[in-house]
Amino acid sequence: MPVKTYRDALRDAMAEEMRRDESVVLLGEDIGVYGGTHLVTNNLIDEFGPTRVIDTPIAENGFTGAAIGMAMGGMRPIVEMMTWNFSFLAADQIIQNAAKLRYFSGGQVSVPLVIRGPNGGGVQLSAQHTHSLEGFYGHFPGLTVVSPVTPHDAKGMMLTAIREPDPVIFLEAGALYGTKGEVEDGDYTVPFGKARIAREGTDVSLISYGRQVPMLLRVAETLEGEGIDAEVIDLRSIRPFDSETIVNSVKKTNRAVVVQEQWRWFSVASEVAAILQEQAFDYLDAPVERVSGAEVPAPYARNLELAAFPNEQQIAEAVHRVLYRKDN
Amino acid sequence: MAQVIMPKMGDAMEEGTLLKWLKNPGDEVAEGDPIAEIETDKVTLEIEAAEDGFLTQTMVNEGDVVPIGTTIAMIGAEDEVGQAPPAEAAAQPAAAPAEEPPAEMAQEPQQAATVPSAQPEAAAISAPPEAPAATPPATNGRGNGQVVERRPGERLRASPLVKRLAAEHGIDLARVAGSGPGGRIIKDDLKDYISGAKPAPQAPAAAPEAAPAAPQPAQTAPAVTAAPKGAPAELSKIKARTGERMSLSKQTIPHYYVTSNVDMTEALAFRAQVNASLGENGVRVSVNDLIVKAAALALREHPQVNRSFENGQLFDHDSIDVNIAIALEGGLIAPFIPHADEKSLGTIARMTKDLGRRAREGGLTPNEYQGGTFTISNLGMFDVAEFIAVINPPQAAILAIGSVTPTPVIQDGEVVVGQVMKITLSADHRVLDGAEVATFLQAVKRYLEHPMLLAVS
Repeated sequence: MPVKTYRDALRDAMAEEMRRDESVVLLGEDIGVYGGTHLVTNNLIDEFGPTRVIDTPIAENGFTGAAIGMAMGGMRPIVEMMTWNFSFLAADQIIQNAAKLRYFSGGQVSVPLVIRGPNGGGVQLSAQHTHSLEGFYGHFPGLTVVSPVTPHDAKGMMLTAIREPDPVIFLEAGALYGTKGEVEDGDYTVPFGKARIAREGTDVSLISYGRQVPMLLRVAETLEGEGIDAEVIDLRSIRPFDSETIVNSVKKTNRAVVVQEQWRWFSVASEVAAILQEQAFDYLDAPVERVSGAEVPAPYARNLELAAFPNEQQIAEAVHRVLYRKDN
Repeated sequence: MAQVIMPKMGDAMEEGTLLKWLKNPGDEVAEGDPIAEIETDKVTLEIEAAEDGFLTQTMVNEGDVVPIGTTIAMIGAEDEVGQAPPAEAAAQPAAAPAEEPPAEMAQEPQQAATVPSAQPEAAAISAPPEAPAATPPATNGRGNGQVVERRPGERLRASPLVKRLAAEHGIDLARVAGSGPGGRIIKDDLKDYISGAKPAPQAPAAAPEAAPAAPQPAQTAPAVTAAPKGAPAELSKIKARTGERMSLSKQTIPHYYVTSNVDMTEALAFRAQVNASLGENGVRVSVNDLIVKAAALALREHPQVNRSFENGQLFDHDSIDVNIAIALEGGLIAPFIPHADEKSLGTIARMTKDLGRRAREGGLTPNEYQGGTFTISNLGMFDVAEFIAVINPPQAAILAIGSVTPTPVIQDGEVVVGQVMKITLSADHRVLDGAEVATFLQAVKRYLEHPMLLAVS
């Protein structure tokens, strides 16, 4: 199977679908002539021209609103947020219109819109450009929220997203655009609402999504040396959510550590912990642990940024706690 | 290892509440680190570590109220984590705090912890009857088969997984030692218990030592030496269950005992008169029936004896339901007479006879023996002078009845033959103080010595 970067897998998905479906168009800041701030849309304007790869003014609320209108009219627009942080400017369009038009119209109008861009931090972009918004957007009924981490899933889930009849919040692991992985050629989709078991294990379930997943795999390697066999689950899809996979995993392992870059309060990890106590209560041998970002605006300084996000040691310590083992 | 004690923060302070552990067993602590939050009757404050080391053990649960001077935790080396302190450490006076605890606390920290609510005037009553010379060594607590000591009122903690597995496999968690925080039983503990791999950890130092074995058939002293040789006999289900409950009772309830002499001359005459006037179909009234009715009426006057104590809480009961211990071939059972105070002697006699017959035939339904608010155990028919019974938890007391014995008694300055019956109440000191028990026994005695009251009340 060909090996591609996360970035190229995304671009391939969009380009292939644009060839198949003329209603697919791209909108965003600097995505055309410049090729995209993160080069995810690089060279696409050459093939599809400026009417399908549309450079917009710096006006998120405006171009998101325009895209919603296009979607209502039968197009399948893909909007790039240069980073998800800028979506706050478009939050009214996303939350008040995109998420609710199907409901308001009694099902007569749908909004087949994808909004995509890099989510989270890790690349020293400081407090205003480092938000992880999966909990924020996952809160609103009417939105689908996904967060693939492998190049394979990035392509397969992008194709699923474009074909969805309703708006999809597509949260890319911005820090991992350059990472490589095997990607199938051609048309394949990865379904929403289905988590991926990234590593099988029996002693503890490590649960996360996005750029924490590779870190969990490294922690699992370390734990293996201590005789702890960790299972790693990549949620992939935040809403709809795959309760079944995490519940089955915890029924096997009896312990869970949920890791996220975002803040702890009202977060995905909180929801995972709640689901586990609701559906796997009688299988828990320890309280569910959450490892989250520090409750501060994200720092710029490299050392502080590293300290503000979950690291391998914190995760290993949480694993020791749920296993009632002492830290080394 | 160094002890951490409940400090005395001001002259008026006699006890403190452990609000919250700020460190867990196994945590490294530095001198000056706050390790727990305590609450006195006035303030909330933090206890700090007096030296560097590791918190090896906590002996008090969050929410527990303990007298000042009580050892609440140990600080030691890393390899001592989870180990119990040396036996002498627990028995010795606590390390001197800024202010010395009162002398009696320092001398008997264990006892003080056992009966925190003991009133000074009742202290003599609450003390164990004899010096516990035969106290088993703390290390005898193998996980298998023996009930793990938990402090009075201490809740058994187990992970949800452990509770489910125990229920599915019929494992009594009271026998499993917990190694998790706050003594939580975790999956590994259950595995160790089943495989017999790991001995149960020693009971915390603050736990009461097992009281000397009471002269009670259901209670046997725990083996302190090698297992005796002999063919293993089958333990009936009912005996196993009784054994568990009695062990739990004796290990967690601070028992004390008050005995009273009752002159049964009038009661015997009254009974003879009643039975003589019964027709063919009447059910004869027994001495036990008189005692049941007398105790029920006394309970009505002293509702504090008709209470139970569970999970650190007192419960009042609307009805007076008197259990009667019945010896069966395979063990003991104690069905109860509901609302015994409202029933006539004839009804009590009929019901007791019926319960006894069906108990021996195995025909009791659970709702006839699960429950009750006060128990009477009567060995009077076996020519015993007196005995002490073990409380049937969560009840607060049990009344043990000896035989009616012709005894020389002084009456109006003359020696006459009295029909004396010794009755002994075993009481839970968390619920009842000595004076309450004594006045309750006075009431029982009054009803039995004036038996007409039993017919009219």
